Amino acid sequence: MMSIDLENTSLRQLSQALVTRQVSSRELTQAYLDRVQRLDATLNAFITLDPERTLRQADDADARIARAQAGPLTGIPIAHKDIFCATGWLTTCGSKMLSNFVAPYDAHVIERFNAAGTCTLGKTNMDEFAMGSSNETSFYGPVKNPWNPARVPGGSSGGSAAAVAARLAPAATATDTGGSIRQPAALCGVSGIKPTYGRVSRYGMIAYASSLDQGGVMAPCAEDLALLLNTMVGFDARDSTSIERPAEDFTAQLEQPLQGLRIGLPKPFFAGEGVSAEVQQALESALHVYRSLGAQCVTVDLPHSGLSVPVYYVLAPAEASSNLSRYDGVRYGWRAAQAQDLIDLYERSRAEGFGPEVKRRILTGSYVLSQGYYDAYYLQAQRVRRLIVEDFKAAFAHCDVILGPTAPTVAFGFNEKTSDPVQMYLSDIFTISVNLAGLPGMSIPAGFGAENLPVGLQLIGNYFDEARLLHVAHRYQQVTDWHRQVPPLARL
Amino acid sequence: MPLNDTDLKRLARLARIRLEPQELASLAPQFAGILDLIQQLQAVPTQGIEPLAHALDLEQRLRADEVTEADGRALFQPLAPEMEQGLYLVPQVIE
Repeated sequence: MMSIDLENTSLRQLSQALVTRQVSSRELTQAYLDRVQRLDATLNAFITLDPERTLRQADDADARIARAQAGPLTGIPIAHKDIFCATGWLTTCGSKMLSNFVAPYDAHVIERFNAAGTCTLGKTNMDEFAMGSSNETSFYGPVKNPWNPARVPGGSSGGSAAAVAARLAPAATATDTGGSIRQPAALCGVSGIKPTYGRVSRYGMIAYASSLDQGGVMAPCAEDLALLLNTMVGFDARDSTSIERPAEDFTAQLEQPLQGLRIGLPKPFFAGEGVSAEVQQALESALHVYRSLGAQCVTVDLPHSGLSVPVYYVLAPAEASSNLSRYDGVRYGWRAAQAQDLIDLYERSRAEGFGPEVKRRILTGSYVLSQGYYDAYYLQAQRVRRLIVEDFKAAFAHCDVILGPTAPTVAFGFNEKTSDPVQMYLSDIFTISVNLAGLPGMSIPAGFGAENLPVGLQLIGNYFDEARLLHVAHRYQQVTDWHRQVPPLARL
Repeated sequence: MPLNDTDLKRLARLARIRLEPQELASLAPQFAGILDLIQQLQAVPTQGIEPLAHALDLEQRLRADEVTEADGRALFQPLAPEMEQGLYLVPQVIE
């Protein structure tokens, strides 16, 4: 019988237990699979499970451990967002369009985790093609928030966030185009990081908006995230925007003191408007903690950040309309049964294969790129994008990290925002500018609001400053225990 | 600046998505809201600002002009909804 507490054991501790043979990877992986079996009927966090395949990887990991060739993650089961292609796994991206797509190759992220000896626990549910902030656009039905199954988990990486929150997995990969790692991490009470654009290869990560898409990861605490980034980050020639930099150990500076850290507080993020009182209050408490750790706070201005949502809803749909033109019902994916001619085949396959939000974004993208509107919308949005980037550059001249809310409120209810797409889009008001600028961003648990729903704190770093972000998050987590709180449902 | 049915149908044709009449009806007000949102950008003064396509100033990487990938037909073609003798099948396009 396994004697490990799956609720609050860090990856480092799990690894230690595996290497000292206190537990085998098969036992550990089976224990998580059992939890999934028990709780996922309620949560719907996974789209695909394949225990046999998962346990084969666990056995391989055990053999590797026995040969004393284990790395820091060998034998640890990890859930992967269903946006990452993994050989032999159904890879749906939350869409009917890809409901029959078994990936013939591995994403770079999957290759890296496989090489590290982790086991793929399953593929997690998500908003269709990562377009959504509540997981309600998934073809496979919405994920439920483990803190209250009547609330959304956030999106688009809602399945990954819920799985980690309910401790169905010790960690899960995710992606973030406008907040899809940070917002669900906040709403589910877990830690998540979106690295600098280009840090994690997009190869085999199904494309939504290529100039913004970035892979990342979620886990209970920052120290776990640092270990995971050590595996995920790295150059890949197959992604033309992959960044070539020397390898970095993201755990190296975790234990440094925070003394002298300059925390930038952006005026627009604290203006009150749109930020709920409970989120505001959690932020105040967090600032108090940081000051007691020796950090100083400075006010910074991000004057154009209010425009980030409209900029995003020009650029992301434009890129999406181009990226998703590949789904034609001919080479792979959903194909309409009856078609009169080739155009009819395209139009019907896409009408049947895509859900309403994906259609809205493709149509919006077609609109802003069409003749007569291209200059007024697309180029104008790209100009304002530059202004947003310049704002951040100016702010980082005065501070080391920027701190603010991740989301304006705690988790909202199902169907609360589905009838008005713009209301849903505004859920990402504090996260989107970070993608537009290509900066690294994190969300960490920072308290609870009404009805015991988690509040997330966002940390934004300068380019390539992930190690510092993780350090700032880790120090906070050494003196708080919000990240150790587990939803009551996870104890059932 | 709301779009009428004709505009939406034109967009749907450009995007190669067939829209049913009831979809058009629900899309019209939603699209109006989205256009209102992105309309905000028109008021921003941007004279002399260069459009930004990519946040990091990256240079296009080049590689030697050599074949680097193996033939993947056997791997990829079985994914096709309809295939025959190594060919992807589509409705007849030439009489």
